[in-house]
Amino acid sequence: MSPKIGIPRALLYYYYYPLWRTFFEELGAEVIVSSPSTKEVLARGLEKAVDEICLPVKIAYGHVLDLAGKADFIFLPRIVSVRRREYICPKFLGFPDIIRRIGGLPPLLDVNINLYRDKKDSFRSAVEVGRLFTGNPLKIWSAYRRAVKTNKKYFRLLQLGLMPEEALAVLEKKVGKKPPLVDENGTVALIGHPYILHDPYISMNITGRLRSMGAAVVTAEGLSGKTIRKYAARLPKKLFWTLGQRLIGAAYHYLENSTVKGMVHVAAFGCGLDSITGELIERRARAAGMPFLNITVDEHTGEAGIITRLEAFMDMAGWKAGGRAACSIR
Amino acid sequence: MRVTFPHMGNLHISLKAMLRHLEIDVVVPPPTSKKTMNLGVKYGPEFACLPLKLNLGNYIEASELGADTILMAGGCGPCRFGYYAQIQHAILKDIGLEMRLVVLEPPEKHISELLQRVKFIAGGRSWWRIVQAIRFGCLKAMAADEIEKAAFKKRPRERIPGSTDEAYRRALALIDGADTLKELAAARIKARELLGGVEVDNARPVLKIGIIGEIYTLLDPFANHHIEKKLGELGAEIDRSIFLSEWVNDHLFLGLLKGMRSAKDACRAAHPYVRHFVGGHGQETVGSAVNYARSGFDGLVQVFPFTCMPEIIAETVLPDISTDYGIPVLTMIMDEHTGEAGIMTRLEAFTDLLARKKESKEATS
Repeated sequence: MSPKIGIPRALLYYYYYPLWRTFFEELGAEVIVSSPSTKEVLARGLEKAVDEICLPVKIAYGHVLDLAGKADFIFLPRIVSVRRREYICPKFLGFPDIIRRIGGLPPLLDVNINLYRDKKDSFRSAVEVGRLFTGNPLKIWSAYRRAVKTNKKYFRLLQLGLMPEEALAVLEKKVGKKPPLVDENGTVALIGHPYILHDPYISMNITGRLRSMGAAVVTAEGLSGKTIRKYAARLPKKLFWTLGQRLIGAAYHYLENSTVKGMVHVAAFGCGLDSITGELIERRARAAGMPFLNITVDEHTGEAGIITRLEAFMDMAGWKAGGRAACSIR
Repeated sequence: MRVTFPHMGNLHISLKAMLRHLEIDVVVPPPTSKKTMNLGVKYGPEFACLPLKLNLGNYIEASELGADTILMAGGCGPCRFGYYAQIQHAILKDIGLEMRLVVLEPPEKHISELLQRVKFIAGGRSWWRIVQAIRFGCLKAMAADEIEKAAFKKRPRERIPGSTDEAYRRALALIDGADTLKELAAARIKARELLGGVEVDNARPVLKIGIIGEIYTLLDPFANHHIEKKLGELGAEIDRSIFLSEWVNDHLFLGLLKGMRSAKDACRAAHPYVRHFVGGHGQETVGSAVNYARSGFDGLVQVFPFTCMPEIIAETVLPDISTDYGIPVLTMIMDEHTGEAGIMTRLEAFTDLLARKKESKEATS
């Protein structure tokens, strides 16, 4: 019987799920993803996590707990860095350590993924995990190659303007490629961490809401790494967080894009990155005169508050586009 | 060029000495106060951590005194401290304060970037002079740390309440006032005598508490609401996981001075709980907790600024150390809303708990 590998539907799942899934399946394992976020998933996470930690990590706890009893192993890599001389965030660095202390979980596959020094180290991590399944290095190599290829395809779909969920559906051949939505009512740039924006539960389905208000939504995921780096390079000093760079690069890009009529920044309460990047983005947005809405989410965020503010924001952005007002709400 | 720098506990003593040694015009910002904090909170990002706000307040107050250049440290992640300078620069610019920031940090491409900045601050003084100045600053840090440690021992045992604080204040002023190596050596002896002169009652039962956490809130009494003084007065002899001179030895001299406690040991001790560095001092906090527990301390107090990412990881695993070693841990999170009374109440309750635990342990053994 093939071992079941559980992958929590949280954090960098939204970037690397196709890669992880392909890799494990090529090695003959079965991949299980935790169920989509719900109130119960979050409640289970809240039970175990400390109060001070950010919402995305709290819900990640819930997803890990959801896999207990379903999977033989939980794949929980310690993602230190995915690019030379850049980090993810301290909480990602410590994530396997704070999960390991919870009892009653299947064994963790907590390989270090650290590309801080060298890009090639990602293959080394793949070998470390692959060895648990096969002694054949060639098989690991081909699985790794195929996994990387699939993920590249996934990124290309994202760059066509698809949201991660839509791109995954295309990848799994559930649906055909759809052309991205047309903007009847202008485009809104949605800036925030992928694991907040694309989790409809913790983002209160912000993408869907904006779309139903008639706006086309673009995110950092829709931009190529090259574009993001080009715009992020305008900072006085290179930002050492990969995700922070993505947010800054995307925000700066969309601020200069004339089809974008407003920007919504979604931050997690207590997120260290957002406290820095959010400040940089808001300053620039204000200078550029772009309608700007800052939403901070935590486990107490209420749906009504979000809807009210989104509606007000859309009205404001509409007036601004019609040349009638200029302001920003927080 | 009038140079200023952020406050962090007794850091100003060393930095002032170093810069004066190079005959640079120094503006020491007014001691961090409620006003400093209000300035920082007003202009700083809401969710930034307390040190960023306090430092920002320091700069604004220093600029009122005529400073135009800020000397500060930087970093390359993953703690957000590495981006403080850029954010603070943007904020200062927006409120109309054009100040030059000179950031000393690990260079991105080549060591020459760092050396150039040092040279810029030193204004053409020779490297020999610079090395001498750094040495003088470090010796001052060591002297200040020495009397601080002595005060930690004296405070819970003092016969006359407040006599340790008085001696500590005077000793620190002596160290601060020394202008040459010779004067410093003399000041050090005098400072030792001052602290030695505090009358103590050695029979008094004293608790041992280790203070661990984030470096700024550990070292800065304003940021931690004078937690060391409060614990001392409640009858606890304390030790702190980070001292300025140890940090300097670890990070500037790469552990060259032997016989000093180093962060490496702490990281090794952290291993079963946190197996990888998590930025800032997160792993050191966990390791120090283990080391204190092993060496028989009665309790631990962790302090860190609200939203500090590395310390949150440490906070998560500290209950395990508490269970494994049977040592109570109190976590205190500091921000601009932290109230004096809340801190006092919790510290009193915590020391009561430790005293009770110690009594019953001694009674049974």
